[in-house]
Amino acid sequence: MNIESLPNSLESYLIVAALLFGLGIYGMLNRRTLIGLLISSELLLSGASLNFMAFSRFLAPDPTTGQIFTLFIMGIAAAEAAIALSIIIAVYRNYRSIDTEDVTELHG
Amino acid sequence: MSSLFTAEGLAGLLFLFIVAVTLLGGLIATNSVRLPRAVSGLALCLSGVAALYYYLNSPFVAAMEMLIYVGAVCVTIVFAIMLADPGAEKRSGRQTALSGVLSFGVAAVLVWGLILLATSTMWPTLPVRVNDGSVKDIGRSLLTTYSFVFELISVVLLLAIIGALTLARAGRNKQ
Repeated sequence: MNIESLPNSLESYLIVAALLFGLGIYGMLNRRTLIGLLISSELLLSGASLNFMAFSRFLAPDPTTGQIFTLFIMGIAAAEAAIALSIIIAVYRNYRSIDTEDVTELHG
Repeated sequence: MSSLFTAEGLAGLLFLFIVAVTLLGGLIATNSVRLPRAVSGLALCLSGVAALYYYLNSPFVAAMEMLIYVGAVCVTIVFAIMLADPGAEKRSGRQTALSGVLSFGVAAVLVWGLILLATSTMWPTLPVRVNDGSVKDIGRSLLTTYSFVFELISVVLLLAIIGALTLARAGRNKQ
């Protein structure tokens, strides 16, 4: 595989998307603050969106499908970020902390 | 390497650079201890993803990525960091080096499996396209095939705005 065929092969995009997804999973498991978890979830969502876009560019008969799906993922991600951040601020007002180790009132 | 200075070779080099920037941004976003730096890494990573969307023949989605993710979501996260003021992520007793190794292991196994799947599958060849995926075609699809989903997501966004306002206000009234 030479360098000028890289932007025109499906596999290179899929590998980048898989790496982004793996980074998101790593951050989700390793982070200890709620905002860190939110940042990792954005990485997960962008990995999934990149997969959709790559398949829609290279394999789909109708290339608008993946683009519209990615636009919907963006809308859902924006809504999710707004809700999650307001929950985080409410948690901070009650606990004075956004560390996941401190928010353990329901811990058995 | 003689073909490196043609248009295709330069496009390939730029592609490699963008991929490197994207992954670097992702690494900063997941590994930095301070949260403002993590948000900057996220913005860098999402800008790289927007550039990859350019390579995938969809400048409209790239512009939306810059506008919504880099322009709105990252700025909202910065506002939340300012309001919640978390400082540096503290390392408590239960957070050992083992958990970092374990989460890296889980992520590495997942990435290995996904890359193996992507490279070993025989993808079918490109069928005949019904359109070329331009902005005009996206608009037509949004208002014909996907019009119901389009309306639905506007309702979801409205509910999200009202929910965010209610949650943020409820915490304020309690004090």
